[in-house]
Amino acid sequence: MNAQSQLSGSELFDVAIIGAGIVGCAVARRFALAGAKVALIEKGSDILSGASKANSAILHTGFDAPKASLELALVQAGRQEYLDIHQDMNLPLVETSALVCAWTPDEASKLEGITEQGRQNGIDRLRLLTSAEARTVEPGLAHNLVAALHVLDEHVIDPWSAPLAYVNQAIALGANVLRQCEVRAGAFDGTWLLETNRGDIRSKWVVNAAGLFGDHVDARLGFQPEFLIKPRKGQFVVLDKAASRQLKTIILPVPNEITKGVVVCPTAFGNILVGPTAEEQDDRIRATVEHDTLAALVAHGSKLVPGLAHIPVTAVYAGLRPATEKKEYRVIHRAGHNAITLGGIRSTGLSSALGLAQHALKLHGGAERGEFASSATPKVHMPNLAESRPRDWQAANHGDIVCHCEMVTRREIEATLSSPLPPGDFGGLRRRTRAGMGRCQGFYCNARLAEISKGYLATPLAVEQEGGK
Amino acid sequence: MNRSDVIIVGGGPSGVAAAIAMRKAGVGKITLLERERYLGGATRHCGHSPFGMLEFGRVYLGAAYGRRLEREIARHDIDLRYGHSVAQLGEDGELLVANPDGLQTLSAKRVLMTTGVRETTRAARFVTGDRPVGIVTTGTLQAYAAFHNMMPFHRPVIVGSELVTLSAIWTCLSHGARPAAVLEPRSHSLVRAPLNWFPPLMGVPFHRDAQVVDILGRGRVEAVRIKRGDIVETIECDGILFSGGFTPEASLFLTSGLAVDLGSAGPAVDQDGRCENPRYFAAGNVLRAVETGGWAFREGRAIGTALAADLLGDPARAAPTKVTYDAPIKLVVPSLLRSGSALPGGLKDFQLRFQRRVEGTLSLSIDGREVWQRNAIWRPESRIIVPRPNNSTGAQSVHFGFREEV
Ligand SMILES: Cc1cc2nc3c(=O)[nH]c(=O)nc-3n(C[C@H](O)[C@H](O)[C@H](O)COP(=O)(O)OP(=O)(O)OC[C@H]3O[C@@H](n4cnc5c(N)ncnc54)[C@H](O)[C@@H]3O)c2cc1C
Ligand SMILES: Cc1cc2nc3c(=O)[nH]c(=O)nc-3n(C[C@H](O)[C@H](O)[C@H](O)COP(=O)(O)OP(=O)(O)OC[C@H]3O[C@@H](n4cnc5c(N)ncnc54)[C@H](O)[C@@H]3O)c2cc1C
Repeated sequence: MNAQSQLSGSELFDVAIIGAGIVGCAVARRFALAGAKVALIEKGSDILSGASKANSAILHTGFDAPKASLELALVQAGRQEYLDIHQDMNLPLVETSALVCAWTPDEASKLEGITEQGRQNGIDRLRLLTSAEARTVEPGLAHNLVAALHVLDEHVIDPWSAPLAYVNQAIALGANVLRQCEVRAGAFDGTWLLETNRGDIRSKWVVNAAGLFGDHVDARLGFQPEFLIKPRKGQFVVLDKAASRQLKTIILPVPNEITKGVVVCPTAFGNILVGPTAEEQDDRIRATVEHDTLAALVAHGSKLVPGLAHIPVTAVYAGLRPATEKKEYRVIHRAGHNAITLGGIRSTGLSSALGLAQHALKLHGGAERGEFASSATPKVHMPNLAESRPRDWQAANHGDIVCHCEMVTRREIEATLSSPLPPGDFGGLRRRTRAGMGRCQGFYCNARLAEISKGYLATPLAVEQEGGK
Repeated sequence: MNRSDVIIVGGGPSGVAAAIAMRKAGVGKITLLERERYLGGATRHCGHSPFGMLEFGRVYLGAAYGRRLEREIARHDIDLRYGHSVAQLGEDGELLVANPDGLQTLSAKRVLMTTGVRETTRAARFVTGDRPVGIVTTGTLQAYAAFHNMMPFHRPVIVGSELVTLSAIWTCLSHGARPAAVLEPRSHSLVRAPLNWFPPLMGVPFHRDAQVVDILGRGRVEAVRIKRGDIVETIECDGILFSGGFTPEASLFLTSGLAVDLGSAGPAVDQDGRCENPRYFAAGNVLRAVETGGWAFREGRAIGTALAADLLGDPARAAPTKVTYDAPIKLVVPSLLRSGSALPGGLKDFQLRFQRRVEGTLSLSIDGREVWQRNAIWRPESRIIVPRPNNSTGAQSVHFGFREEV
């Protein structure tokens, strides 16, 4: 469907999902797999335009999630489904494990409690380590480490290819993905009529997965919002790939009440990231990076892992967590109105998305009632962007390397531009291919990318020349 | 496997000059790997600069200079491979190389790294603000204009005051873009003469002591907020160009675990251009930021000459002595010295840079004895040359001292 085409409103969808963040993408897939006729509606020029464009990419176990919470159950269900499907979809799983590091005796005294909670949460592979033991696991750690908890099953994934894979599978099952399409209002009279900037959409059910705008969208649908989004910004620094020689494990702090805190973490792409911060703000869109914070993150990283000192910075970014006034997920099922809200998916959404999707389908109940006819599961095979597995540049006939820092080939870029869901903006192109994401940030390749991506991106890289050249 | 005598990584002026010098000195199999489809490196997209005066006795613009290098190479028996991107350096001189047919391993008795420089990105500068489209460096702008006849903006704010900043302004003006302002965060521009009059002459305001404190823009850049003294003002623009802040393209050393000098951020080399790992040599701007194309060419030739002589024996075994220096000296090249090696060519002088503008006395001491000194105002990014005494290679200690005038 043409990105700008008007909608007629004549089609009746089984479910309209508002928001193509990681959660909306997973929900679209789950309903499409069940056989539902799905519309995935996103106001941004591409999927992952909100909270989901910037996170730490950790596939959590839930060892530190609140006991017996919905969040814990969904993180574990989501994680399990990811483990089940990632090979089929060619999505990476980097088995890094994590060390919760105590740098003071006071922090060390909390490790027992964390271990206990982890056990109660059903995570068995936990080991309390002395400083020396922890440094045999991760020789890069600073010597002033007091003790650590080794969480063997915390892993790292590709945070952008995963949701894209979910959407691709939904599309292969006939789902409609509407971008640059903002839901402005909705009315329910047995079915939903959603009013958007591109025309009306009719649907039997609606799922609000609007992330940072979850409360606003509930209000637009005519509901009294039951929660208030309070965005919490997280800034990151990404260190050069040289840093990956210094660290293989996720380094977690002993958590405090407010946040999981700053981690030092390998990425699937072979970098090390330091972050995120946790800064409350009112703005739901602007996620700025700030000079002093970034400098402090770099210093923090090399305090914990001294080998990171002097490693150049590749990138900096910031994301907003869709936090609310409460810690827990705000999942609301309004049965009489055929509506489900998946709100306040604050800091574990990448891990729980597939679990949230299962949960939403269960709340809907249509699959059990036999309302949908499911067909065979279409195969989705994602191009691998993870460093740990073969990349396209290592294979023959890739037709030139365009981005030298991330070794992105012309073939990869052309494939993504002609895929069922081509990138809608430069961020989307970067997330799909990694082009321009490396240490030179486009010094060598940006001009070539501008040429290749001409006509595809909502904000093109090159400006219109005077005289229409 | 078909082993080369030398593999050169990078076909800019220094790599090409080294290849030809080694061929003339009788080296057998020379392989030059270049990841692009052309020679000339960074000179290729410099549409304006005069290149080639000293090496070819005539003046070329960037692209023509690159074509001249291609003609020169063609006259010699050199195994030139385009589209070959080196992905990893092995301790023993084995290189992992990507080319359009896939991956291959190439090996040589010696490897010469001539991978040049790039500019510091907005990310590495930690500039506060949004991250919209339209933020580039000079090299990127030049590539838009020279290779694709496109522009990334109409009305950019330009940050920096190095020579390359002039090149950025020139590229804008000659391609229909009008810079909204030129900013230098420091109180002195890094190059003096032209920057004081060129931008104002072209109607572009030039502010010293001006910092970008915020970048605004959702899709594309919409404005920057700058701070001058206590005043914060907003300048509307549709792009930002960060010029200069050159840094050696030494990532292959870093990711392969080979030694990098903390001062220059390039590979540490000795007087012959030889790295800590004696199978590796380096020349051109990868050694330090930043020199002209002509300098890179001559340096490539000199180090190529030394390398050709080095090939007659085994890789050097002597452990290098480190050259030490006081702050605010930023870097010294060569930063290593090896005794017992008296090859032709190589680095006859020490090259220095300062971190900041400072007045005082720079001195060189060998084994505790001062052998050279000079008092001056020293500027960052300006070339400083100190003749390298012959006895420096046998010395226990070689130290650059600095006494600041207060
Ligand atoms: C700094 C940081 C680090 C994190 N680290 C991790 C981690 O390591 N592991 C982990 O599991 N999780 C992590 N998370 C959490 C995870 O990223 C979030 O939980 C997840 O992204 C939330 O996704 P979402 O789909 O609910 O929201 P969003 O991604 O915000 O998606 C909502 C979408 O709805 C769209 N939208 C809004 N309003 C409308 C409308 N009216 N019409 C149409 N579309 C609309 C938006 O444009 C947006 O694309 C982290 C988050 C942050 C910020
Ligand atoms: C934006 C910019 C503007 C400049 N403007 C001027 C100017 O106006 N005048 C001037 O005199 N100098 C200028 N310079 C300085 C320039 O660095 C020198 O002129 C000269 O190009 C340096 O030569 P070199 O051989 O050291 O490196 P380069 O010319 O940079 O050549 C390096 C070569 O190595 C190749 N390479 C890098 N990595 C790999 C790899 N892994 N595998 C294979 N090949 C690789 C590159 O593709 C490139 O061709 C400018 C530099 C820049 C970046």
